[in-house]
Amino acid sequence: MNLLGKLDWNAIPLHEPIIMGATAFMVLVVLAVLGFVTAKGAWLYLWREWLTSVDHKRIGAMYCILALVMMLRGFSDAIMIRAQQALAAGGAEGYLPPEHFNQIFSAHGTIMILFMAMPFVVGLMNFAVPLQLGVRDVAFPTLNSVSFWLTASGALLVNISLAVGEFSKATWWGYPPLSEMQYSPGVGVDYYLWSLQISGIGTLLAGINFVTTILKMRAPGMSYMRMPVFCWTALAANLLIVAAFPVLTATLAMLALDRYLGFHFFTLEGQGNQMLYSNLFWVWGHPEVYILILPAFGVFSEVMATFSGKPLFGYRSMVAATMAICILSFVVWLHHFFTMGASANVNGFFGVMSMVIALPTGAKVFNWLFTMYGGRVRFSVPVLWSLGFMVTFVIGGMTGVLMAVPPADFQLHNSVFLVAHFHNVAIGGVVFGVMAGYNYWFPKAFGFKLDERWGKASFWCWFVGFYVAFMPLYVLGLMGMTRRMQHYDNLSWQPWLIMAAFGTAIILVGVVCQVVQLVVSIRNREKLRDVTGDPWNGRTLEWAAPSPPPAWNFAFQPKVAGLDAFWNSKSRMQAAKDDPTPTRKYEPVEMPKNSATGFVTAFFAVVIGFALIWHIWWLASVGVFGAFMTLLAFSFRRHSEIEVSAEQIAQFERAHQAGVAA
Amino acid sequence: MTEARHERAPGDRPSREMHESDPSEFFVYTIGLSVAVLLTATSFWAANTTLLWPGGVFLGLAVLAIAQMGIHLVFFLHITSGPESTNNVLALAFGVLIVFVVIAGTMWIVADMNANMMIPSGAPMSMRMQH
Amino acid sequence: MNVAVAIDQIPQDALPSASEAGPAPKRIVVAYGFWIFLLSDIIMFAALFASYSVLVRSTAGGPTGAQLFNQATVAIETACLLVSSYTCGLMSLAVNSRRHFGTYLGALITFALGVTFLGLELREFSSMIAIGATPQRSAFLSAFFTLVGCHGLHVALGLIWLIVMMVQVAVFGFVAKVQHRLLCFSLFWHALDIVWVGVFTVVYLMGVSA
Repeated sequence: MNLLGKLDWNAIPLHEPIIMGATAFMVLVVLAVLGFVTAKGAWLYLWREWLTSVDHKRIGAMYCILALVMMLRGFSDAIMIRAQQALAAGGAEGYLPPEHFNQIFSAHGTIMILFMAMPFVVGLMNFAVPLQLGVRDVAFPTLNSVSFWLTASGALLVNISLAVGEFSKATWWGYPPLSEMQYSPGVGVDYYLWSLQISGIGTLLAGINFVTTILKMRAPGMSYMRMPVFCWTALAANLLIVAAFPVLTATLAMLALDRYLGFHFFTLEGQGNQMLYSNLFWVWGHPEVYILILPAFGVFSEVMATFSGKPLFGYRSMVAATMAICILSFVVWLHHFFTMGASANVNGFFGVMSMVIALPTGAKVFNWLFTMYGGRVRFSVPVLWSLGFMVTFVIGGMTGVLMAVPPADFQLHNSVFLVAHFHNVAIGGVVFGVMAGYNYWFPKAFGFKLDERWGKASFWCWFVGFYVAFMPLYVLGLMGMTRRMQHYDNLSWQPWLIMAAFGTAIILVGVVCQVVQLVVSIRNREKLRDVTGDPWNGRTLEWAAPSPPPAWNFAFQPKVAGLDAFWNSKSRMQAAKDDPTPTRKYEPVEMPKNSATGFVTAFFAVVIGFALIWHIWWLASVGVFGAFMTLLAFSFRRHSEIEVSAEQIAQFERAHQAGVAA
Repeated sequence: MTEARHERAPGDRPSREMHESDPSEFFVYTIGLSVAVLLTATSFWAANTTLLWPGGVFLGLAVLAIAQMGIHLVFFLHITSGPESTNNVLALAFGVLIVFVVIAGTMWIVADMNANMMIPSGAPMSMRMQH
Repeated sequence: MNVAVAIDQIPQDALPSASEAGPAPKRIVVAYGFWIFLLSDIIMFAALFASYSVLVRSTAGGPTGAQLFNQATVAIETACLLVSSYTCGLMSLAVNSRRHFGTYLGALITFALGVTFLGLELREFSSMIAIGATPQRSAFLSAFFTLVGCHGLHVALGLIWLIVMMVQVAVFGFVAKVQHRLLCFSLFWHALDIVWVGVFTVVYLMGVSA
């Protein structure tokens, strides 16, 4: 019995220069970061204040940092794809061999959806929802930490696959029979399976956490119809997480059983049914994209209202539209495989439902437009991203409704027209949304604003770059180009692909601008400092807290009397010309204790994942045992909360008031 | 006092002050068990009897199963329709909806595809070895 | 500008309904969160049920359900799980009244019945495997072993949880967090019986009557 399973030195792809180069770069960056932390003597601080934190604000920030880092990896994959396709025309082979190319587009999709967009969206929800609800933390703070670290574990496994072994070549969906052992005997699909399963569990736990928080923990007076719209979209997204991710868990488990134990769910032998996988995958897959877009819609609602200086137009219809989209997103999934053999009745039903789901989305667009109409719009960076979204997402949505018509889809399915459509809505919707949210909430999280000029530059590069990169793909799709082509014969396609590569380069400039924006903002943070806690003249409760908020968020539990609670209280205060000194005594507050549970659980999750991938059974058992012991240790701890004294709160508030007055 | 305005935890018995005339909890559990036993026995009988036509057996088994799930929810999990239980019922309804969509949708779609691909169900393996 | 004070000055009696009463007590929050988790778990079972329904006739020339299933065993398994749900309910009554003896007794009987259920199920599985009706034989058998096995795995995890809970009752007594966890356990155990109603109906009874 080989102690290391399938693992040996051949797992390191020494014969692949591009992969080794990327691996070397990744290792250098990791060493640089570790070296930097060591040089600053910050390990204890990092452990105490961040790695073991159960504070939703810290966890939210870590999610966003993970997302930004993984965006660089996913975007590198995109650059490589575009470069290959620009070169490999009419007999030219390009620089990427097919096996490698297949890994790259599989990794690109997996990373961008599951390890960039999901963490970013979950991170923004983590940060903002408890503050907007006027409470001190989420329902289950330690579970929140576990969720983050499990997501990070999945990302880590994907990154390890670069250096040790290979990634899946079976696309980001992993359709059988290609993903079965017979046709993918290597470890690539296993890396895919376990990184998705582990991070999927983390996401599911986060979904449970947020549904409970939003439904059971809001400030007194905050009835459902007084919640900010971002919280409604967060509720809808988390309900979708709770409903859809279990299906993914079951589906990946069945594929794993096929691969590991020779079961026949989806194999060619034993009367397995491959379409069952496609069906179940998209039962998860479609709600997944709505999980990503709904919080982005929420960000836009908040941003539009704040920077127009007006309440959001049509609050009730926004709420209704959000919940309608939530339910409808569960009955459209077949539109991802219209062409795979269903009859006209089935295709017709799902085609109609896919068109119906555009209606509440359209209602939202009109509401945003009417919010701006008659307002005094300030063209800040978040507003630019929102305006860019309005135009771009509508175009993407229209091409989606076009493909919702089954006969049209028969021409366009799996062409690059489809690729253009989903990037249109994913970039125009999700990416623009998280960028707006990132710029909007950054001052609240870190106490200083992001540099405005570099922010605008990055927006324009992303916006222009997106169109230059993806409009050619619409044309190419109509010309008949299929997706995922490593090379092609039709030379008339090449000019368009070169234009697309050029667009990707413009986006790259945009990404660089964002990195520069962050560096410049940190360097100029004193000049950019947000002293009052309300840099944008906001409407919702998070702007009532200082920037950054203390661990306990609010000195006194806010009590809410209406929608846009903070805006109302500001108006009331100006009218009454209140005496600024507090009339109530500060009271001690119980806050959840930090815990290493999340980090340690994730450590064992990585051990389990890696061991299962390489068939090192004894190590997997050790991992399972370790994870179980971690759970036990957590459940037997006697003290789960610490008390923050009234004096500490008073001290913080005094310092904050002094800063505001200065 | 604020507790009375709050909802009830799922699985929790109704609070004493609001439901004083209700039967004792032990009684509730015992009734639940008895009805569940009855429904289970009926199911086993229905599956094995020749008195019913086969289509009716399927339907009957489904109805009996759903009824027994309901008994469990009401008598063991105390899910009621009262205002303090609204969130619990709504969550349950959402779950039931998704379960229905997933199962019914999958069965409809895959059966439809199987029919179109002329996949013989239950056929011997040799017929599918053309790959 | 201390906005917290201004927000604070809403009269208390302007809070009529439950949705405006502020953050719920911990017992409700914990139990509701667990309820949502249970619903997600049931949706996972739904995906497995859907797969089973689709693959039930894909026997690949191998044995069918009607040929394999033993109704007497299933009836005893069902009885065990159903009665264990009842004894779990009685255990909950003891927990709410903070009675140690009732709690331990209820837990012991629930555990014993659960172990019996698992033992019978393992015996069923091993006898099937012994005659060649392995999950590797056909898609139908893969789906059967996965669906029923997943339920059995949940039962096994529940039994481990029950042991841990009894240790916690012994160590901590009936403190709030132990009571909350026992409430969650009873939710879990009842939900497993609900899933079993689905399993014995769809897999076994519909299987043999088809």
